[in-house]
Amino acid sequence: MGDFNVALSQIKPKLGCVADNLAVIEEQIGMARSAGADLVVFPELALTGYFLKDLVPEVAIGIDAPEMARLKDLSRDISIVVGFVEVTDDYRFFNAAVYLEGGEIVDLHRKVYLPTYGLFDEQRYMARGERFRAFNTRFGRMGMLICEDMWHLSASYIQAMDGASTLICLSSSPGRGVDGEELGSAKAWQQLVSTTAMFLNCRVLYCNRVGYEDGVSFWGGSEYVNPAGMSVVRGKMFDEDMVTASVSEGELRRERIFSPMLRDENLFVTMRELRRIESERGR
Amino acid sequence: MAGIMSNTQLLRKMLVGFVRDEVHKVGLKKVVLGLSGGIDSALVAFVAAEALGPENVHAICMPYKSSNPESEAHARLVAQACGVNFTVVPITTMVDAYFGMFPEADNMRRGNKMARERMTILFDHSAQLAALVLGTSNKTELLLGYGTLYGDMASALNPIGDLYKSQVWQLSEAMSVPRDVIDKKPSADLWAGQTDEEELGFSYRQVDELLYRMVDLRMTVNELMAEGFGREFIDNIYSKVQNSHFKRRLPVIAKVSNRTIDRDFRYARDWGK
Repeated sequence: MGDFNVALSQIKPKLGCVADNLAVIEEQIGMARSAGADLVVFPELALTGYFLKDLVPEVAIGIDAPEMARLKDLSRDISIVVGFVEVTDDYRFFNAAVYLEGGEIVDLHRKVYLPTYGLFDEQRYMARGERFRAFNTRFGRMGMLICEDMWHLSASYIQAMDGASTLICLSSSPGRGVDGEELGSAKAWQQLVSTTAMFLNCRVLYCNRVGYEDGVSFWGGSEYVNPAGMSVVRGKMFDEDMVTASVSEGELRRERIFSPMLRDENLFVTMRELRRIESERGR
Repeated sequence: MAGIMSNTQLLRKMLVGFVRDEVHKVGLKKVVLGLSGGIDSALVAFVAAEALGPENVHAICMPYKSSNPESEAHARLVAQACGVNFTVVPITTMVDAYFGMFPEADNMRRGNKMARERMTILFDHSAQLAALVLGTSNKTELLLGYGTLYGDMASALNPIGDLYKSQVWQLSEAMSVPRDVIDKKPSADLWAGQTDEEELGFSYRQVDELLYRMVDLRMTVNELMAEGFGREFIDNIYSKVQNSHFKRRLPVIAKVSNRTIDRDFRYARDWGK
């Protein structure tokens, strides 16, 4: 454990073109390594693009697929987080992400909250994940969230209570809302990420894609937010970019001494009340 | 009542990026659009010139003999101001040849025919120049159905289809579209002296404020009335939106198989791009 360097690679995936996207990801991994990064994070569905619709089964890969083997191989020199469509042996399709390190899959997260409203239609095509679990890495304990997951307070809460001090959020957030100083969806996300970091005294690595699909823009703006909720570095709006940051262990330590909310969080009270609510709802 | 406001810097960035990305990713460099002399097509020409370079933008002015000569002059002015290629292809011969067979046709039929004649010219140039056709219908017109199906509503990409007319004015100011074009009364220029607002019976500013609250904010009729809109106006606009919805959809297909195009055969337009 200790300090590490992270690269957030906000790429522009080609819709439905796994081989092309894998080539871009490989190139970006090389760049991240040259830039001295220990960990490189890619966006949600980086391997496939976002508005897949009926393409979901065509672009899905199993965790034993050659593409995954290639990425695992690349993770011997640098840890990698990447989003893709996972197909399981029983033919369920998940909006998923893997954390790869030392040539192995350290963790697989399946998106739990699939937005299916407004311009989103994920649950029509994909199966829901059913767990949030933190996991150990060579940089400490982390938790992964995929885009909409983060809009559910319980998701980051569970990850933090499970010991994650770094939350990694992979995102494909569409740009919308042009009546203010800032893009509406970007402003909302920035508030969310900052507030989540402050609530849980966790750092957040947020990686959001760019590019357009059928007229929908993805706004980028990937950022590293420190455990005090401050945005340390933020990527370009709308354009491809690689954001690099030094993540400091000392900063986490100091914040947790200064604002020990997470230490004081009462899991017993929370669980008792949630169980009560659950049983009352069942009546 | 606060007016619709937009961050023009942000809009410009999003629309320029849209045109550049969507044109380049299909392997093309150029676009073609009809330049009427009005503000909508002027704004699209400016956006396209910034996105692709003016040398890759082909603007075509397609007057009919009854078109106001000022329209062609304004189209030329716009093309010069943003530096795009400019040609004039009059449609009088084609349109008159057709209506020679149907001399009784009314203004609406004639107007629609002219719009569709222009569409065929744009799509022919699309093939000739390897250029995508840019649409120039704004959100106000699209919601009201104030356009010709398969005519001016036809395009490959429409940068301004999610902008109300009020936002078109704002962005045009920010992008320095010539003042004469911004200030003149909007007109479809189908016959002499026609103006949109006279034909529609309300102003764009009025209807934009209503549509924004009705469509974007999903306000109820009571909430709209509390905002100061008359019940009759609300009902009139609601029925215009409803009755023109067919124009915003693909033709209806009778379903007989398990996978019917657009119903359970669903792919993004940017499939593989």
